[in-house]
Amino acid sequence: MQRHYSIKDPLAENRIFLSRVVASFIFILLLTFGLIGRLVYLQVAGHEHYSTMAKSNRIKIVPLPPTRGIIYDRHGRILAENMPSYSLELIPEQIKDLEETLERLQQLLDIPDEKIERFLKHKRRSKRFASLPLLLRMSDDKVAKFAVVRPYYPGVDVHARLIRHYPYKELTAHVIGYVGRINEKELKSLPVSEYRGTHHIGKLGIEKTYESLLHGQTGYSEIETNAQGRAVKTVASDDPVPGENIHLTLDVDLQKTAYDALEGYNGAVVAIEVKTGDVLVFASRPGFDPNPFVYGISSKAYKALQQSDAQPLFNRALRGQYPPGSTLKPFIGLAGLEYHVTDFYHKLFCPGYYQLPKVKHKYRDWKKWGHGSVDLDIAITQSCDVYFYDLARTLGIDRLHDFLQKFGFGEKTGIDLVGEKAGLLPSKAWKRRVKNQPWYPGETLITGIGQGFLQVTPLQLARATATLANKGKVVRPYLANKGYDPTHLVDGGVQQDKVIELDEKNVDDVISAMINVVHGARGTARRLKKGINYQIAGKTGTAQVFGVKQEEKYNEDEIDFKLRDHALFMAFAPANDPQIAVAVIVENGGHGGSVAAPMAGKIMKQYLMGPEPEQNEDIVNAK
Amino acid sequence: MQNETRNEQFHSSSVLGPLLRKLHVDIPLFIGLLLACGLSFLILYSAGGQESAILIRQATRIGVAFFLMIVLAHINPNQFHRHSALLYVFGVLLLIAVLFFGQIGKGAQRWLDFGFFRFQPSEMIKITTPMMIAWFVSGYTLPPRRKQLFLAALLIIIPTILIAKQPDLGTSLLVASSGVAVLFFAGFPWRFMIATGAVLSGLTPVLWHFMRDYQKGRVLTFLNPEADPMGRGYHIIQSKIAIGSGGVHGKGWLGSTQAKLDFLPESSTDFIFAVFAEEFGLSGCLGLLILYILIISRCLYIAVQAQDTYSRLLAGSLTFTFFVYVFVNIGMVIGILPVVGVPLPLISYGGTSMVTLLAGFGIIMSIHTHRKFLPT
Repeated sequence: MQRHYSIKDPLAENRIFLSRVVASFIFILLLTFGLIGRLVYLQVAGHEHYSTMAKSNRIKIVPLPPTRGIIYDRHGRILAENMPSYSLELIPEQIKDLEETLERLQQLLDIPDEKIERFLKHKRRSKRFASLPLLLRMSDDKVAKFAVVRPYYPGVDVHARLIRHYPYKELTAHVIGYVGRINEKELKSLPVSEYRGTHHIGKLGIEKTYESLLHGQTGYSEIETNAQGRAVKTVASDDPVPGENIHLTLDVDLQKTAYDALEGYNGAVVAIEVKTGDVLVFASRPGFDPNPFVYGISSKAYKALQQSDAQPLFNRALRGQYPPGSTLKPFIGLAGLEYHVTDFYHKLFCPGYYQLPKVKHKYRDWKKWGHGSVDLDIAITQSCDVYFYDLARTLGIDRLHDFLQKFGFGEKTGIDLVGEKAGLLPSKAWKRRVKNQPWYPGETLITGIGQGFLQVTPLQLARATATLANKGKVVRPYLANKGYDPTHLVDGGVQQDKVIELDEKNVDDVISAMINVVHGARGTARRLKKGINYQIAGKTGTAQVFGVKQEEKYNEDEIDFKLRDHALFMAFAPANDPQIAVAVIVENGGHGGSVAAPMAGKIMKQYLMGPEPEQNEDIVNAK
Repeated sequence: MQNETRNEQFHSSSVLGPLLRKLHVDIPLFIGLLLACGLSFLILYSAGGQESAILIRQATRIGVAFFLMIVLAHINPNQFHRHSALLYVFGVLLLIAVLFFGQIGKGAQRWLDFGFFRFQPSEMIKITTPMMIAWFVSGYTLPPRRKQLFLAALLIIIPTILIAKQPDLGTSLLVASSGVAVLFFAGFPWRFMIATGAVLSGLTPVLWHFMRDYQKGRVLTFLNPEADPMGRGYHIIQSKIAIGSGGVHGKGWLGSTQAKLDFLPESSTDFIFAVFAEEFGLSGCLGLLILYILIISRCLYIAVQAQDTYSRLLAGSLTFTFFVYVFVNIGMVIGILPVVGVPLPLISYGGTSMVTLLAGFGIIMSIHTHRKFLPT
């Protein structure tokens, strides 16, 4: 057997071998103890840790998103709802020949190639058993078409999801706002557990203010899964609590009347129920269709909205800041009476201009030849500027500022909408702080006719009007009934209802002058009195967009539409028992009396005397 | 004379019948193997989703493997000795053939398809390499000299590299260790061993350079599995979760949640130990390790009892390789060694390794049952 004859020593060889066996056995035992040590580490010391991990491995928590609350108007009409949206979804695992199926579906439902491509891209990143959408927002027609052939397409199905829908589109867009996909910034500040499974969040308007109420509570379902994430069985579940429905104070009929009345103009109408602060109308024209924002508006469409000259995304009622013009005059007049610097019957001669002592500059009246001898009643009724130049000068900017502030000018009303603007109520201190300039006497004069630095929002004007109608009781406007708690108001904040100390006689005098604006023979809004069985107290306004030079004449027909004056009107009715207060601002509308006042008149008429029959039909059609 | 008494003891203690004795089966080893295979059925039933089809397939393989074992136990060790070189050369040729004509499965060329059956030459070389080395060094006076060691190293390196090129790191490791084990039992000087170890660790960067990306990945993953929990580290993390969640007493048979819910990949094959540890806990693991140690002890005893150097070296090497199997597999599953494709011997699902292992035990049995007893 052996190839070489060498001296072998079997005993020595045996000895070597035996020692090596012993060594190897010790080696084996040592390594085995090593294994045991590691097992003890994992199974005794690490048991708890790994048990937890095993459990979380196995049990997957699937969120069950709640159904968002519905938003109604004051008469129970739905302003925001959840509509089933149908999507065609495919489960690749259950489809034998995906390519062929896609081809057939493409022919059947006329699907563009890019959607097929997007689906295939999506498929590569997904689990085989996941249901992937091919078509979103299918038309009823396509749903029906597919329903017929459904049995021949295993693994293909139509799924319904709830998608927020705003039936009144642009009509209520600036009130309701819209929901949109949660973005990364929002994700950081949101309670993670509450929003698991929710993809949309209120971005604007009521949807944002009452987000926490509308959203509801997320439920959970504990599902046992395997490693691919396929659900094996449900272990436990906690049903979601649907979001609260919200009833708004808004009246959609009135809103439509206001919105339609604004046709052809950019502008805003706000109507408030005087006694309660209910906002009946909150219209800003142009509006926009909020529905595309829900499922993601295309950047092209969004750009078009953003770059439009009419600025449809701009909420004029809430954020538009305009000089109030003559609509401020009743408040200035009331200030004069309250501070006793004048009385209701004090007369002043109006030559058509006003000059400060030793100053050449002429502050013109809108009526070139003047109003002649005017008292406060005539000054308000005919909107005499000279009277208010004088009154403002007598009062001084500080008293003007303090008095107007009581009516809420220069501060937010605290309405339950986010992003409200405060307007601007100038004062000496303000000018020193912001412009680092002294206050000039001329600035007091133009403040007296609602021009200059002064800026108000339509909402502020409506609120001030309601406060005047209430004889000093400040109302806080709100859109949702007071039972709700607006937890999501970012700015603004809640103001306590307060009462301005006013002499009732002074208020009555001013209101009587305002009644004459509509019902007097020479009132600037006398056209409104036709066909109504109540009295309106109002004031027209025309606010300058650009300054007319000293020797020039403002000629409406000659200047660019965009530089035309803003038309304003504020009013409440019935004058003896005020129910509704309205503020209208029509950008570049020209004259308050001819453009803005009729809009307010329509709303008050409809609110107090009931809608005209054909308007009702319009509402039905709009829906 | 010592041998004779032992043998008599063995024969007299054998109450399991003359049949097994005639079959040249070593009864204690046989019982140990049967126990291990029984455990394999138990755990496979659970890991494989309680499907009897898997059990039937495994039973078939075990049947074939046991048959081969008994056949090999019948063959006189002299026959192995005589054909060692031939079998080795044949095995190496087949390995070369695999590189050219091999079937590709799971990204590696390991199979030769003969039409009617598929064959993995790297399995055969696991046995023929230690045979070759044992035959080579037993021809000289032990301990082997430098020149013989050099030649032996060459004989080991050839199949090792061929298998590593397939690539099959686990098997090449086993082949290399089986050859080195022979040299160790032959009295390979300790100082050489230490020197070789030093040289090898010095060569690690070179080895790294020649490793494939997936092999590098495995090593990196082993060093820090949490770095890539959904990718390469997934195996190790999931198996640690399975083992750790088993605790001392385990979740009970069929109680494994990790394997059943598919979190643990390859739970029936290379990672079956994790399922075992999850269901039977630390106590079960200790039991299994003790069973392995008992089998190894019996084999080492047989090696010591063997009558010629070749048999001793071969038996010792096959036993040691068996342990390397156990250690590498469990070490990998519990996360102290990198992931290499080595099954848990006698337990993992899969035919090839079972056949090779039991063939090895057949040779060991043959060595034990073909001893000649000289009259005193």
